[in-house]
Order: sequence, then C-alpha cells, then structure tokens
Amino acid sequence: MNTRDSDERDGPTYRQVRVVLPAHLKTLANVTGEVRLEVPEPVTQDGVLTAVEQRYPMLLGTIRDRHTRKRRAFIRFYACEQDLSNEPPDAPLPEPVAAGVEPYIVLGAMAGG
Amino acid sequence: MTGVRVLVGTRKGAFTLTADGSRRDWTIEGPHFGGWQVYHMAGSPADPDRIYAAPSIEWSGQIIQRSDDGGKTWTTVGNDFTYATPTTDHLWYDGTPRPWEFKRIWHLEPSRTDPDTVYAGGEDAALFVTRDGGQTWTELPALREHPTGPTWQPGAGGLCLHTIILDPTNADRIYVAISAAGAFRSDDGGASWQAINKGLRSGEIPDADAEAGHCVHRLALHPSRPETLYMQKHWDVMRSDDAGGQWREVSGNLPSDFGFPIAVHAHEPETIYVVPITSDTTHYPPEGKLRVYRSRTGGDEWEPLTTGLPQSHCYVNVLRDAMAVDTLDECGIYFGTTGGQVYCSPDGGDTWTAIVRDLPPVLSVEVQTLP
Repeated sequence: MNTRDSDERDGPTYRQVRVVLPAHLKTLANVTGEVRLEVPEPVTQDGVLTAVEQRYPMLLGTIRDRHTRKRRAFIRFYACEQDLSNEPPDAPLPEPVAAGVEPYIVLGAMAGG
Repeated sequence: MTGVRVLVGTRKGAFTLTADGSRRDWTIEGPHFGGWQVYHMAGSPADPDRIYAAPSIEWSGQIIQRSDDGGKTWTTVGNDFTYATPTTDHLWYDGTPRPWEFKRIWHLEPSRTDPDTVYAGGEDAALFVTRDGGQTWTELPALREHPTGPTWQPGAGGLCLHTIILDPTNADRIYVAISAAGAFRSDDGGASWQAINKGLRSGEIPDADAEAGHCVHRLALHPSRPETLYMQKHWDVMRSDDAGGQWREVSGNLPSDFGFPIAVHAHEPETIYVVPITSDTTHYPPEGKLRVYRSRTGGDEWEPLTTGLPQSHCYVNVLRDAMAVDTLDECGIYFGTTGGQVYCSPDGGDTWTAIVRDLPPVLSVEVQTLP
C-alpha cells in the first residue's frame, strides 16, 4: 500500500513493507514477530535493509557489512518463495513485497548438524 | 568487601553469578544474549556497575554490549572494528599470504581508571580501543604493523589477540599475546611494540628461538610486581622477571605443561595456578583427573589441588580466558570448563565447589570483587 501520496508533497513515495528477522536479531532489536517499515519506491533490497538499519541501529553490521553493504556470508534473503540473496541489491523487489502482501525474510543460513 | 560477581561467557550466552563474601550461596542470572557466543565479559575496575560483553554469532558477526547497572540491563554499543591502515598479509595455515580480515573480539580489557576506556583484542590479530564507552572503536595499528606481522600464522583457534594486560604502575605499558605470534610489549601506549619472546623455545615452529611465531596461550602478572610475567605457552609454563625481556621455563613437576589459563593469587605474587591438559591433540586433563596445580614458589614446584574436583572420567578443557581470581582477604579462584561447570575455591585453591554444572561450554570467566 502507498503510505504517502507523492502528489501532495515533494520526495519519494513510500510503501509499507513487512520484514521478518531471524530470532537472534529480533532479540537484539527487542522486537517480536514481523516489523513493518516504510521504504521509498522503488522498493529494493538495499532500501529495505537501509530502513531496517535506520529503525534498529543496533543491527548495523549484523546483516551486511556496514561499509561495503555486502551481505554477510551466512545471511540469506527470501521473498515470495524465491532466494534473493544473490540478486542485485538495487533491483526492485517483487510487487507483493513492495505492496506489503508478502514479507521480506532475513534469515540465517542453515548451520549445524 | 561485600561479595563477588562472576562474569561467565559461554558458547550460547552469558551468565552472572553473585555471592556474598562467604562465596557459598550463589544467585545465577542469565542467559544474557542467549544463542550468542560470548568470548569475553569484563567489568570496569573504576566502576563495577559498568560491564562490557563481546557476543558474536556466525551469522551476524560481532556486537558489543554494555551494562551500566551491574549486568541487569544491556545496551548495544558500537561494533565497527575497522583496521586503521591498509592491511598487508599474514600467513594462512598452508603458508600462503592471507589478507587481514576482522572476525571477532576475543578479549576486552577495561582501563583501570576510566570506565569509558576499553581495549579489545581481535581476530585477525589487532588491538582496538574505545574511549567513549564502546560507541566507537579505533585500532592501534602499530602492533599489526610490527615487522614480524607478515610471518604471523593462526593457531588452531585463529589468529587471535587474546591477552591484554595494562601495567598497573605505568600507564604507557601494555602487554598483549597473540596465537600464534607470541607476546608483545608497548612502552608508549600502543604507538610502538617490541616482541618479547626471548627464551621461549617452541618445538612446533621451524626455528624454536624465533622472534615471533610462538603460540602463547595466556599471560598473567601480579599488580605488586609488574616486571614479573607468567606465561602458559602451548607447551611450557614460563616466567620472566624483566617485563618479558627474557623468559625461563618453570614447568617443573607438572604432569603436563600443556594448558591454556594461568593466574596469580591476589595477595601472593609468587603463588600461581595452571590447569594441565594432556596435549595439543588431547584437550582434556591427564588421567581423566581435573586438577588445578598451584605453585607457591613462582613456578618449578607444583602441587595438585583436587578436593572437590572430579578425579575420574573427566574429559573437559579449561580455555585460556576461563580462570580468574577475586581480591577478597581470602583469595578466591574460579574457572569454567568446556563441560559447562564453573568451579570456585574460596580458600586459594585448597577446596573447590561447582557453582553451576550445566551451562553451555564456558569460554571465559572473570570476577569482580564488589565494594
């Protein structure tokens, strides 16, 4: 859904995006369940993660390198049953994610045995 | 003195254990940062309510947590550990050059006088400092730029800076130890460093007397004799009486001189403690008996301390940062094991009891003596 109307003010249009964080980062950010964030259009992975880091600065560096913005090796990004981990960070996300219908999922890669 | 607070870092979170001066009845709190491996926690000598912790997790890297109320609540502070100058290469396990890459913090050493100043030892080996309570960290790059740096090679645990000692009588003097590079000393607050490895003989490296390349596991010193250093090396327990200028072996009659931690009694500078481990490939106590060994002669002559410790079928390890002493009148000794036990001796090592038995593997133990 559009949360601001670009016709009424200057600046980008924002969409409300649902984000699911892995358990260890929910604990760190003091959140439970999904978080909802306003992300400027076009909604991209970089835009979503920037919004996450702005709302929860304690997560800086825990999902991607704070300088290079490169994804940490053992973090994965899923949405709409697709693995977006290796997609370009500035590519638009699927419309159901931008529209808040489907969540953008950040999770830890499978580990252990 | 009213009591003690033991700070325990484990493979899956941190715990605080508190007791009054009798050290008989304990309150156990935690896990803090559940699921995160806490390589180290440390309290500020200048403000006991100020505690720093270094949790990390494979998926998300390093964070630093700070408590201003003795561990009741925690705040995430800065975790930007960027090498200050362009990095060259060190050696990888296979002998090929490898760029320095930050992985985690192994040890935190708060200033003795300023609660906002903390030194942090990292992997790949580097020394960082914060002067604003952990919000920002700056590397002291001269250590990594030591001429021997390109020859440093990781030990089995990584190329880690695991020991930091701030000289209690000389604010400019800092000792550090790195596996597997050796021990280093700065006499100018970290602006320059010299290797202090003369006398170490390490059969694991091609030149046993090399300037660097020694796998030092831990250093310890007594505040009243800052020129005397004790060392648990990969193999060998060592001693220096000239601030690391020259070392001599004091393993004496130990059943094995392999081990990780070494500690000094709070009031007796010649009384030291080690936990012998069978060998570098056999990380458990000789004969399955968990024994702390105490020397009252600064080394060479050792006695086993066994009362209250398991003397059969014990196959745990005690890691390098997992032994500490309090400063109560009757000095307490503490250590944690990879089996999740934390032991306390309230009488200088004569008798031991387990404060707790079933924590995750213990990575570090520190103790604060509370006013």
